[in-house]
Amino acid sequence: MTSDSKVLDLRKEVDDFIAAGSANLAALRLAELWRKESGTGTAAFVVSRYEKLRDKLPWLRYRLAILRSFTVEPAIPLLRAAAFTNGIDLTVQLGDFNAYAQAIFDKDSSLYRFTPDGVILAVRTSDLAPDLWQEYADLDPDAVREAVQRVSNSFHQWMRAFRERCEAALIVHNLEQPARPSSGVLDAQLVTSQSAAIRQINQEIHRIVSEHRGVHLLDYDGLVARQGRLRWRDERKWLTARMPIAADQLIQLSREWLRFLVPLTGKIAKALVVDLDNTLWGGVIGEDGMQGIKLSAEYPGAAYQTLQRVMLDLARRGILLAVCSKNNLEDAVEALESHPGMLLRSKNFAAMRINWNDKAQNLREIAAELNIGIDSLAFMDDNPVEREQVRAALPEVTVIDMPDDPVDYATALRECPAFERLTLSAEDQQRTSFYVAERERSQAEQNFQTKEDFYRYLEQEAEIVPVLPATLARISQLTQKTNQFNLTTRRYSEPQIAEMAARPEWQVLSIRVRDRFGDHGLVGVAITRDKAEACEIDSFLLSCRVIGRTVEMALLSYLAQSAAARGRQRLLGWFLPTQKNAPAKEFYSQHGFHLHTQNGEGSLWELDLKQHPIAWPEWIKLNQTNGGHN
Amino acid sequence: MTSTTFEQVRGIASDLFAIPPDRITAESSAETIESWDSIQHLNFALALEEKFGFQLSPEEMEQMRTIGEIVKLVESKLQVTPN
Repeated sequence: MTSDSKVLDLRKEVDDFIAAGSANLAALRLAELWRKESGTGTAAFVVSRYEKLRDKLPWLRYRLAILRSFTVEPAIPLLRAAAFTNGIDLTVQLGDFNAYAQAIFDKDSSLYRFTPDGVILAVRTSDLAPDLWQEYADLDPDAVREAVQRVSNSFHQWMRAFRERCEAALIVHNLEQPARPSSGVLDAQLVTSQSAAIRQINQEIHRIVSEHRGVHLLDYDGLVARQGRLRWRDERKWLTARMPIAADQLIQLSREWLRFLVPLTGKIAKALVVDLDNTLWGGVIGEDGMQGIKLSAEYPGAAYQTLQRVMLDLARRGILLAVCSKNNLEDAVEALESHPGMLLRSKNFAAMRINWNDKAQNLREIAAELNIGIDSLAFMDDNPVEREQVRAALPEVTVIDMPDDPVDYATALRECPAFERLTLSAEDQQRTSFYVAERERSQAEQNFQTKEDFYRYLEQEAEIVPVLPATLARISQLTQKTNQFNLTTRRYSEPQIAEMAARPEWQVLSIRVRDRFGDHGLVGVAITRDKAEACEIDSFLLSCRVIGRTVEMALLSYLAQSAAARGRQRLLGWFLPTQKNAPAKEFYSQHGFHLHTQNGEGSLWELDLKQHPIAWPEWIKLNQTNGGHN
Repeated sequence: MTSTTFEQVRGIASDLFAIPPDRITAESSAETIESWDSIQHLNFALALEEKFGFQLSPEEMEQMRTIGEIVKLVESKLQVTPN
């Protein structure tokens, strides 16, 4: 087996790079090793080596507690190894067996003392409802109803108690169905069947989860079904080690967990950049021509249509699509615009680089054009050399490993955790159209003599309102995702936002912007806190797509006016520099603030509200609705 | 196969117990390797199952006392389960 000696070489290379102090190269090789061989032994190696690199690379630390009713220990190294390769340094606390209820109810439990960022509640049907699982045949319909009620109530109480005590994200497993119901084939025909009872509990869990902020449902039953109930289970290890899951399935559980951790930590891809030849279609357009490329409803062209359908799904989830291809522009555009087999068209792509330049350079340009960080890009290319070059030049890009057979391309894309989202806002679903409108806008901008003429032409309208239940998710999402125009880069979960909004001295405001080209949706957040005679800006951030057209000035003016209306004398605000928020650096000084304090973390700016009112930009119309300022 | 069963088993043990392969012999056991506890024993069994594509019974897991015994176990299982 040559693959064996290859992975042995990789281990040696990793250790050599670590010894030489080359952290980035060691991390690249570790990721490669993990892609080639994701298993229990490798996980132990990979985790131990990543731990040595811990302080040298910019990983995001995340504290995860797992409450469980069964042995999950062997899945933890698998999860940590996968998390490291996604840029997340996980600290995991495992609860004692079946101690999850006490841990949730006891305010002083080790769970809460651990101060987790996220918590997984993994309870199996057989542990929580042994009556429904193995004594089902003995239950009369009333007893079944009672059991369903009892289990649903438990979930209800756990989630309520957890939310009262902790702001961490909570991921709740639902309950799995038995592989073979106790009544055999008859079960499917019974009114009070075993599977119907478990389904009912799962519907209740679904309902309860939707009633709580920051609680997410993991469809454990769906995961087990996808892998196959009979393959999932290992009866021998269940009986000897309380380990119910087969060795080769543990990796699937850890991957499912990662699908939640990636969006929870913000390690997501906002745009997918794709190659064209042999990726979106089979063959080379420049050589095979419109007739020759494989792209149709029939095999082999159908494989590429399936991939394009997955990309359309991603676009509906708010992920931008872009093209990066070494091609003659005319050939590629002709195929994009008029090939009858194409499901994607130019209008589906927010940016395109079709040229013979280096792909890493093209990716940098695409990120700049879309106003997102390079670490927000995912890259899909059938050519392994291009993939390796991008990995080496831009390690922060998510590079999707493509299988050899095009039939498997769609699955590879669907499995990439960087595209997972835990909430979906109206803005997400129309994102591509925002960018297409933006292209028109920037073309319009070039036709004006003065900036003010352009601002007037835009016919901007702003709506500034306090946080509402309907906007909580989007506001939290903006604090999590906005990196560039963000004065303090404080990340807040939905429960944290809700808690601040409930306090009288805090104001949580959002701004929505429309202009002649369309609705931008909710694009900015400001959070302030009154302290004695001053009002301090805790957070101030705007999505990049509205920067540079005085929306930031409008929001600041609004804050100043409403603080003055509440009797405050001064407006204070920190600028906390990060690697990415340089665009916000001069914001306070440009609007008349004076430097108050400077320390190692940043600078505090101050404005006297009586002497320096901030003018509202007259070309923006303010629409006031429900409970705006006076 | 370029590597022997012994080398493959030793590779897994080296990963799991975080000790260099050349310090692991056929006589190495839970007595001589400090980090070989019950959870690592389970992990060892799981890693063997993943690597060689078989399942170990509770009795077989009890037989996994030394690296040498594990190699023998793997070889006997690979003979009866052609793969």
